[in-house]
Amino acid sequence: MIVKKIGESIISPLGFTVEENFQSVMNGRSELRRYESLWNLPFPCFVSLIPDEILEAELARELSANVVASFRTKFEKIALLSAVKSVKQSGIDPKSERVIFILSSTKGNVELLADENLDLERVTPAHTAQRMANFFGNPNMPITVSNACISGLCAQIEAYRCLMSGQYDAAVVIGADVLSPFIVAGFQSLKALSDEQCRPFSANRRGLNLGEAAAAVVYTVADDSADGWRMLAGAVRNDANHISGPSRTGEGSYRALCSVLNDSGLTANDLACLNVHGTSTMYNDEMESIAINRAGLNAVPVNAMKGYYGHTLGAAGILETLLTMRALEDGKVPATRGFDELGVTQPVLVTSEPIDTQKRAFVKLLSGFGGCNAAASFNGYGL
Amino acid sequence: MNTKVKHTVKLTPKFLDVNGKRVAEAVAGDSFLTMLYRKFNMDYPKFFKMDVLCKVGFIASEILLNEEGGERFVPRADRAVILFNRNSSLNADRTFQRTIANTEEFYPSPSVFVYTLPNIVTGEIAIRNKYHGESSFILLPEKSQEAMNQAIDRAFMDGETTSVLTGWVEAVSETEYEAELELRIMNVSSPNIFKT
Repeated sequence: MIVKKIGESIISPLGFTVEENFQSVMNGRSELRRYESLWNLPFPCFVSLIPDEILEAELARELSANVVASFRTKFEKIALLSAVKSVKQSGIDPKSERVIFILSSTKGNVELLADENLDLERVTPAHTAQRMANFFGNPNMPITVSNACISGLCAQIEAYRCLMSGQYDAAVVIGADVLSPFIVAGFQSLKALSDEQCRPFSANRRGLNLGEAAAAVVYTVADDSADGWRMLAGAVRNDANHISGPSRTGEGSYRALCSVLNDSGLTANDLACLNVHGTSTMYNDEMESIAINRAGLNAVPVNAMKGYYGHTLGAAGILETLLTMRALEDGKVPATRGFDELGVTQPVLVTSEPIDTQKRAFVKLLSGFGGCNAAASFNGYGL
Repeated sequence: MNTKVKHTVKLTPKFLDVNGKRVAEAVAGDSFLTMLYRKFNMDYPKFFKMDVLCKVGFIASEILLNEEGGERFVPRADRAVILFNRNSSLNADRTFQRTIANTEEFYPSPSVFVYTLPNIVTGEIAIRNKYHGESSFILLPEKSQEAMNQAIDRAFMDGETTSVLTGWVEAVSETEYEAELELRIMNVSSPNIFKT
């Protein structure tokens, strides 16, 4: 038995389908922009936003007006829209008791805390997850994974386990986060933001950019001979070091990488690329370079997507996985937008231009606050 | 999955139960959490920097792990920390929101913002105990033992995990909280059927 992808979607400033997003990435496009005082915040920021009017037009095409009215926040709208598109593509019956919904989000509807008529019940992403399950008529209690920046991989790992244990036949995994003064001011207070284009792994990198997106993937079980994209293995490991600073030894990422390579029987030579976190903060990229080298993956091409989208938080693990899959279907490893001169202590083969590959296997890596790290491996059969 | 529960801790603003027995009760006027920190001689000054969700999770986990006995603080990767609640980091979120509510009093603090993630409490427990295994925070629309049991069982599908520190940790304000933690251990007699 294997776990196979049968549906997908991406909702982002670069498009409302995986194909549009992929073409934008291969053309080097980004909607990352500098805003002098976004939402009257007292500092400039460099972020990627989904324009409301384009989103509303897309919602009107896909959903009835009363549904759009009841999923009234931007977070609820993009999460539901990505779920609807991926479920439609998958052909599964979302009402089946053999289907589980899994949401990945870091802050969900947190912007509602600024509302005068605050509906506290609605703030938690668990509430949004339940409303989405209700929308699809699904009888199972939905799971929301909230592990900071690694949530999108954790949610896929949870889906993998739900399927491999035989408890479910299909899992709809949705990752979404939107930006708000809360999130932007928070990252700014941590001095983690750059007010110019982020530059993953570069010597002159000055911090991360934030971005909005939702992405969804539907996985199902299939027999061992099935063609298509398979999730092979996943692991979550902790640095056990610091709640907001990465480990100097890349401990958790190193351990997650080793576990995933071991469980999926892949070696460095099998991998088309390693799609990393690459936030463009000094500490994260340095930490990843150490973990990659400790895991013996320094000869594997490395790429990061943050230069196109910014850090899309709970969506990142799914968005970046789907784009890597799509690119490998064309035999390409995308360029790392924003990268110029390598600025980490360990040798890492960061892609400055798209490169050609015959291989279809890759590993996705993420790390986040709370000392958490996640890795997962995927392979495209017959593609 | 063949697992057994080894030790339980229930902590509310009124009482602490260990393995089902009442061990401490709150006294009016004092912080129950700080009282327990002192009563159990937890020498970990970082406790005082934590937000209430982390304090509740930290205190409950310390008492649970003391109950387990054996040598502590030895690096290990075979123990996962999987916690659950409904409202995520709501109390820290509301505290941070007050610091950015208007442009005249705009003073966002990194030491508050860092607690606006529920998985900081799983991280704090991993750091305290040098656990390099899986750590995860899962939100459920309501407290459901069945949904938690299923997620805990799935955590054992990781080939390295042989025990899970797990349970419900909710803290919506300084005075409204609940932790119900347990150690879930894989029965040695039954092989890990998911291990390949």
